[in-house]
Amino acid sequence: MLDVAIKRRQGSFDLDIAFQAPSQGVTALFGPSGSGKSSVINAIAGLSRPDTGHILLDGAVLFDSARRIDVPVEKRRVGYVFQDSRLFPHMSVLDNLLYGLRRVPQGERRIELEPVTKLLGIDPLLKRRPHTLSGGERQRVAVGRALLAQPRILLMDEPLASLDAARKAEILPYIERLRDELNIPIVFVSHSADEVVRLATTLVLVADGRVRATGTVAELSVRLDLDGAIGGPEAGAVLDTTVIGHDPASRLTALGFDGGELTVPLLGLGIGQSLRVRIQARDVILALEPPSRISVHNMLEGRIIELGEATGPSRDVKIDLGGSFLLARVTQHSVERLGLSVGVQVFALVKSVAFDRVFPGPAGKQIAL
Amino acid sequence: MLTPLEIEAVSLSLWVASWSTLTVLPLAIVAALILARAEFWGKSLFDGIIHLPLVLPPVVIGYLLLITLGTRGVIGSWLLENFGIRLIFTSAGASVAAGVMSFPLMVRAIRLAIEAIDSGLEAAARTLGAGPIDRFLTITLPLMLPGILSGAVMAFAASLGEFGATITFVSNIPGETRTLPLAIYTATQTPDGDLEAARLVALSFTLSLSALILSEWLGRRVRRMMGRP
Repeated sequence: MLDVAIKRRQGSFDLDIAFQAPSQGVTALFGPSGSGKSSVINAIAGLSRPDTGHILLDGAVLFDSARRIDVPVEKRRVGYVFQDSRLFPHMSVLDNLLYGLRRVPQGERRIELEPVTKLLGIDPLLKRRPHTLSGGERQRVAVGRALLAQPRILLMDEPLASLDAARKAEILPYIERLRDELNIPIVFVSHSADEVVRLATTLVLVADGRVRATGTVAELSVRLDLDGAIGGPEAGAVLDTTVIGHDPASRLTALGFDGGELTVPLLGLGIGQSLRVRIQARDVILALEPPSRISVHNMLEGRIIELGEATGPSRDVKIDLGGSFLLARVTQHSVERLGLSVGVQVFALVKSVAFDRVFPGPAGKQIAL
Repeated sequence: MLTPLEIEAVSLSLWVASWSTLTVLPLAIVAALILARAEFWGKSLFDGIIHLPLVLPPVVIGYLLLITLGTRGVIGSWLLENFGIRLIFTSAGASVAAGVMSFPLMVRAIRLAIEAIDSGLEAAARTLGAGPIDRFLTITLPLMLPGILSGAVMAFAASLGEFGATITFVSNIPGETRTLPLAIYTATQTPDGDLEAARLVALSFTLSLSALILSEWLGRRVRRMMGRP
């Protein structure tokens, strides 16, 4: 587990951050530019020094002002993927990849070159020079270089921010594979809700140098007190589901989650595979009675547990489905007309479902590296 | 083609310039690193002292060398007594004079190269487990290489042409301290020396131009090696 509690004054900016991240999965530090996210991972890496506080990684102290411990960067075993990749221009891609690996004692090398180049699809690039690579290729090499240094944790500072949409789409699947196939905790910094929803397991919401909220993506996606910090106009509940059945005749797949089931167009996935889906609040219709003769497949029964502040003509409604939650964005007029208030039983009709994450293999499967 | 006298002047010049460049190089790298990276009280004074040879009359530098490194100078007498090294009136002394004069040029070129290095690359090397010396040898030094090279060639070319400090410090001794510029000066002072002077000038011209072309070519190769088109 990563345990961070640090304070630092930088000019007029005041950083006061405390959070814990599990040893598995991807933790996203999410917040607007200038909120202090990068300062946090720089402190974890040791590139900047907090005034006070502590940073522990799996019980090992990296920094502790009270005990006067400040492990130097080069001894922290922290993989860092910079926004601007920072490949060494005077070395080939291969030498860049091996730079960290060569500095790790033979006996401590678990991650080897070949699986990494295969995982990241950079096999054909090994002899090239960094300046001949595209932005996406450069970033993949930077990820590989950081991994091969045998890190105890992988830090990524907006690894996709300098890339255009096409390059982002090119590299995202590779980062998903890292998350799913390697057993290394990842902390990444992002200001993009899409990236976070797609990649993160744990979310740390940062604003003005403070942690506003910590939790799973599913938990935070339905929090109404974060005034649209996640998603804004595209806010919506994130549900982690499992494929529970296919019906080839009607061309539908059933997804199960805590508190219900969703039917979606037939998916080419095995039973038991994990799938993260996002249901945007504006795609959810509320009804007080189950409507009949309607084209919508998904009707989920639940109870209203919270109503958000009215923003313009619309209002977000949080519905408890019995273990999972859903957000619905309805007009203020509808709230009054239907008498929607906390405790009211409703039927949520879901128009469409966005798929944000598909595990490529059976859940939990890991390739040996 | 070339007279023995000309060959002597050219080879002496090359010898003096090579030695001055080689001995000054490590010092220049250290001075450039200090100027580019370190922050300390009195840094601008340090910077000023390094650049003095650029702005002082060369004769003044020669005079200062004479009183410090001459056989009765503080350092000169110590060198003579302990190591039997005599700099005054010797070609080694000519190298010292040329080295002092070209020092600021070399420091400048190397310093610019260091300042152009993205410090983020060194930070990246740190996160990959490289300690300070490791980092310097594998990242900083190779990236400084173009600057070191151009600084060395500049200093070499300047050393080939050094006149004022040399003649003041080590005088104008044929075969020992009479480098190309001094030989040209001697020829112009000799009756009927015009042709000799012209031939020496042509030689000097060829030598300097070759050095610059060589540096340009080397620079391009190194830049390509460094991965910059």
